Parts: sequence; structure tokens; C-alpha cells
Amino acid sequence: MYQYDKFDQALVDARVADFRDQVRRRLDGSMTEEQFRPLRLMNGLYLQLHAYMLRVAVPYGTLSSAQMRMLGDIADKYDRGYGHFTTRQNIQYNWIKLEEAPDILADLASVEMHAIQTSGNCIRNTTSDQYAGAAADELVDPRPYAELIRQWSTFHPEFSYLPRKFKMAVIASDTDRAAMRLHDIGIQIVRNAAGELGCAFYVGGGMGRTPMIAPLIREFVPLDQFITYSEACLRVYNRHGRRDNKYKARIKILVHELGKEEYTRQVEEEFAHLLTQNIEPPLAELERIKAQFTDPAYDPSAPDALDRSDPDFALWVDNNCVTHKQPGYIAATISLKPVGGIPGDATSDQIRLMAGLAKEYSFDECRVTHAQNIVLPHVRKVDLYTLWQKLDAAGLGTANLDQIGDIIACPGLDYCSLANARSIPVAQKISERMAAKEQEIGELKLKISGCINACGHHHAGHIGILGVDRKGVENYQLLLGGCEGADTSLGTITGPGFDEDGIVGAVEKATDFYLANKQGSERFLDTYRRLGMAPFKEAIYAKENAE
Amino acid sequence: MKILTGNDLKSGAVTWWDGSGWSLHVEHAVDVGEHGDDIAARENAARRVVAPYVIDGEVGPEGPRPAHIKDRIRALGPTVRLDLSLKPADANAGDWVI
Amino acid sequence: MTQFRFRSDEPVADPAVTVDSFGEQTNASAVRLEPGDEARDLLPHLDRLKLIEVNFPAYTDGRGYTSARVLREAGYTGELRAVGDVLVDQLAYMRRCGFDSFAPERELNVADAEAAMARYAEVYQPTVDGRSPVWAKRHGIGQHG
Repeated sequence: MYQYDKFDQALVDARVADFRDQVRRRLDGSMTEEQFRPLRLMNGLYLQLHAYMLRVAVPYGTLSSAQMRMLGDIADKYDRGYGHFTTRQNIQYNWIKLEEAPDILADLASVEMHAIQTSGNCIRNTTSDQYAGAAADELVDPRPYAELIRQWSTFHPEFSYLPRKFKMAVIASDTDRAAMRLHDIGIQIVRNAAGELGCAFYVGGGMGRTPMIAPLIREFVPLDQFITYSEACLRVYNRHGRRDNKYKARIKILVHELGKEEYTRQVEEEFAHLLTQNIEPPLAELERIKAQFTDPAYDPSAPDALDRSDPDFALWVDNNCVTHKQPGYIAATISLKPVGGIPGDATSDQIRLMAGLAKEYSFDECRVTHAQNIVLPHVRKVDLYTLWQKLDAAGLGTANLDQIGDIIACPGLDYCSLANARSIPVAQKISERMAAKEQEIGELKLKISGCINACGHHHAGHIGILGVDRKGVENYQLLLGGCEGADTSLGTITGPGFDEDGIVGAVEKATDFYLANKQGSERFLDTYRRLGMAPFKEAIYAKENAE
Repeated sequence: MKILTGNDLKSGAVTWWDGSGWSLHVEHAVDVGEHGDDIAARENAARRVVAPYVIDGEVGPEGPRPAHIKDRIRALGPTVRLDLSLKPADANAGDWVI
Repeated sequence: MTQFRFRSDEPVADPAVTVDSFGEQTNASAVRLEPGDEARDLLPHLDRLKLIEVNFPAYTDGRGYTSARVLREAGYTGELRAVGDVLVDQLAYMRRCGFDSFAPERELNVADAEAAMARYAEVYQPTVDGRSPVWAKRHGIGQHG
């Protein structure tokens, strides 16, 4: 994985000093809160419901075991012994003191980490495929391209006061595991007819209150021009994105209002101009980065067979592990969704345990997924049973990846000052209620957001839940039919909302209807797409039969 | 009643105006009447509080209680981690916010 | 009142006019751009411009950064002054986008401002300020811009 050189380290160290000075000026009164707020946000520091919250960047979700261990240690040293892994592949701490934030950044910098641009109206952490470098179906490892974007976007002087936040994702396989088309810019690494690698650019996707699927604006940008092309996309947005209404300020609104053709025309015009400015890093820089993402030293004689005699282990393998490009290896997902647990939360001990397992079994590397789980990307199959036993003993052996208990949930009104309703208790109740039917139901992605900002990706859930405030009371809307990935679709609201118990019951009615009506090996989403909303709606809102 | 709340600038802890200073406990909150904005401006300028704002409250058996669920959760702590709330020994503390 | 100036030529005394009246006053040598003004409208007139002020009514409105960079990319060499809600922590980014003088509406602490402008010895991107990005240093590519 990528390792800092003296330049990267100097930049991150300078940022620590910068933020320490900014905090000093805030505390001594040189700066007002209004002046300080965007600065602390660009260092990932929010003022949340109970305290300051710090969001630490995990570029493209990749962590070394030393970095993961540091995340556990920070949870103990500066927080309350746990962290929350997010849908942006980052980690958040909920109980941070402003005075201590510069020290946390210094600790992070000691392991080549930071919180730069994890909030604010700037280019955020670039996300990617959690199986990058391991996936059997990938064209190339997408992370070197994401790393080049990280460097280009870090402290970008022109694009740090954009109309609104800006999120990018990079993938390199046809199976989209990063919800790429729901980003401000989604890039897919592709090969053209001549066999050359390049970037397909999708611009203007996003969730939030106006969800949109990003249109393709250019099929192929050569690798020695894609930073320049990104710059052109951003410049048109910075000039013309709406600043009169924060709810219409994302690039998706600009692309929608201008139309894809006109936006693309302006980008191409700016791109032609920027090509004359020689701002593109040379391909040698991409090669330098790529050299740090080479395959680990796989054991070529690692046996490909797996002893599946323990049925609990076999279930975990079937649910949580995916095929690796290297025979004898597997990519294993550690679910942070135990039944009744808080989605994405891990204790400091669990974080350190996962760090140790990454070192012992996965070439020193782990990943954070946008579904709030942790991946050990390169595990020898002969080690898998021992690994699983250690995970299971620590409460990390839940076998529910992509199932109804593997719920994506934002922190909601338990932690977040923007939320309208709590998300976590709903997730807990659903996972408890549905646990017994989980294996029978199979793949079902359920996603919960506590407000319209959609951090819980409810639009993209096969079942989505949106918490709203109805006259001061929490209320939950149900959506069906959302999906991320190659066949991205947005969910549709079923009808009137529910209270907390009602939404749990509604989810059960929807899944019972699916089980009663599925054909063959259909997933919930397939049955919904075949039958449409009407019969599901009828099943969900039917009055209970008198006993 | 009108309650003035905010966060401690340095620690970020949720605080409530008790008439002469900032308390961690909403039970200590006083009715600020029409003076909330003035107190907030003064305390904000003195950097004893960050992001202060005035909310509606009501007086219950245990003292003042914010009218809206969001501020009741602020007053208690996360309902899903009552061990980290201000009432860690009360398993039913979460009922108070509803 | 210009508080920081990184030029050795004489400051321009002419008052800056709005973009609208600039089009009518063919002898004006100083103009002020508002965030919504299109900087490229000035490109045909760069040879007679000695001062371009870019106004930041609110420091969170970042359109002026693009305006500045576009002007420098087009070869403008006159004074480029940031005015309005200009604060300590934006100065370094503004300089990277081509501003070479600053007239904040509220005077800045000089020590804080100088520390903030000097803090970052390295940059990741080439812009219009001539600084070499780290990729150029890594690969032995000479002075940029």
C-alpha cells in the first residue's frame, strides 16, 4: 500500500501545526466561531449533539495494521473506547475535546494519517472498491488512481470553498461495489478499443434530498489527462454551481439544470484550455504510486481447498468471503453488525484485534467498506478457520454480509445534530426481529438514514428507511427497490410513514411477502422489480386480520 | 419556559444556563425569559460557550425538560449507549427522551 | 486599505470600477470583479489593466479563486488584489491562485498572517504561482509555470 515520502509527510505535519495554530487563535479570541467553523470542518471536526466529533480520513478505505492499531489507541486515549466506521470508508470519534484535537492529528500523522478535508465544502476523501487489489473481476487495482486524486485534491487552492461538498469514487471492475454513480464524480477505469487504460467519467450523482444517478459525460479520458479533466469538471462547478440555496448547491443540481450536454460542453471547453496549462502529473508519478500497490508475496503453493466441516464456519465463508484473484487466497469481510448491535461501531479492543489479525493473516492490510464493515483482503484459505475462530471469540464472527442484518445506518439523532430521528435503535430492532429469517431471506441490503441528507444511503437500499420529524415525533418512511452497483436504481416511498415499532413490522411484512412470492433463486430486489410496488404496498399496509 | 443551551467551547460538552454559569445538567436550567439571546451573545463573546441557542422547555417532576426530542437526547446522551449518558445506572433512562 | 502587497511596482492609484462601467470607460485601468462576474470578459482588455480587484463579500464564496487563476492563466501580470472578507487562513490559497495584494476589510494580525502564508513548504498541485508541485520534485522536473 502507499507509503508517504518526505513530501507527503511534510504536508501532513504542516497541517498539524496549521490546525494547532487555528485552535489557539479560536481559544484566544482571535477568531470567531463563524470564521473557525469551516476551518475545523476541513479538519474533520464537527460540533455534534454531545461533543465535538472527529472524522479521520481512510483514503480509499485502505489501512495498514499499524494505522488500524492507532485508531484503536486514539479511541482509548482521546475518546470513550470506541469508534464508528462510516459509509465514506472513514472512522469517526464521538467525544472529542477541541483542546486535544491537534494532539490527535499529531498522533495520526505519526502513522501517515490525517483528517484533511473529511468535511467542508471541498473535495472529500476518495472512496473505492473494498476488494481493490484482491478482486478476481478487476481490470486493475483502482487505488493508485484514487491516491493520485488524493494528492491533487489535498489543499487544492481553487477548490476549497466550493458551493458544497464534493465526493469522488474510483472503481475498476464492472461490478460496482463503491456506489460509484452516486458520487459527484464517479470514475471507472476502463480499456478502450486500442487496449489502452483510461477513465470513464460519471458526473453529478448523489443522494441527499434530490437523489440522482450520475450520467456518463465522457467514455474515455486518457490516463495522462484525467487529473486535468477532473480539474475542468471542478472549475465549471466552482464557477456556476448554485450558491443561493445550500439544498441546490451540489453539482448534481448544476448538471441537471444545465443538462448533461451543456455541462459537458463547458467541461470540454475548460479541459481544452487547461491542457495548455501543463497541470497533469507525469505518468511516471502514476507509475511510482502503482509500484506501491503491487501484489503482496503470495504463497504460490497455498492450497485452494477449504475444510468446511464446521457448519457455522461454512456459513460464514459462504456469506462473508469472496473469491480472490490468487488461488489459495480469499477476501474475508468482518461484519460490524452483530444482532442487536450498533452498525459500524467497534471497541478499541476489537479495532486492535482486527489490526493484529490483518498483520498475521492479511499481509498487514485491512479495508473499511462503505457498508461499515472491515475486510481482510488477502487471507490464505488454510488460515481461514483459525482466523474465524479468533473473530468469533471477539464477537466479530457474524455471518451476515449483504443480508438484512448487515444494515447500513447513519448515527442518527443519537449523535448527529442534523438528524430528525434516531437510526440506530431501528437498526437494532430490525436485526433482532429478522435474525431468525435472515438466512432464508438471503441478500437484502437495508439502509437507514436519520434525515434527508442520506448518510445512511436509504435511496440505494433494497429496503430503505428515512427518519423524519413529524411535529416533534420520530417517524419513518419506507422505500423499496433502491440499488447501488451496475444496475443502480433509486428507491420509491411505499406510502404513509410509521412509528418505530411500526417500521419494524412493515419491514417484516415486506420480507414475508417476498418469501411467499419469490420465484426460484430471486433476491428480494428481483422479486420487487418483477412484481412492482403495488402488491408489496398492499401487503405492508393491509389491516391485520382479526384473530 | 425558555432554556438557553450550548456546548462548552473547549470540551464540547453540552451545557445549560443555570442563571450564573453553565451546568452539565438540564435540571439546573433556569427560565431565561426574554434574555436568552443577550446572555448567549455575552457568553459567546467571552468564549465560555459555543453555538448557544434558546429552546422551549417545560417543567416536569424532575425539573426543566426540553420541549423537543433532539434537546432531550442532548440532555441525556445517546439512547443507544446509556452507559455513556448522564444516567448510566438507569436502564430506563431512554424513556425520558420520548 | 491594502495590508499586504507582494509587488515592487508602484501601487495603482486609480479607483477600481465595476465590470459594467469598465466596458464604457475605455480609459479605466482598474476594475473590480464581483463573485458573479465572468473574469474571462476582461481578457480582451488585459493590456490596459493595471489592477484587478476581486471582491469576497463572504470568504466562503470561492468563485474569486477561479477568477484569479483564470486571469493569470491568460497572462495577466498586473496587480491582482483580494478585497473584502479576506482572512488569515485563506491568504496562502489566494496567493497560490495568483493574488499578489490583499486589502482585508478588517485588518489582520500580521504575525498570524505571515505564519499562515509561510506554513506549507510543499504543494501538491501546480497553479499559477510558479511553485513546483511535489511530483515535479520527485521526478526531477524543473521549475513550473
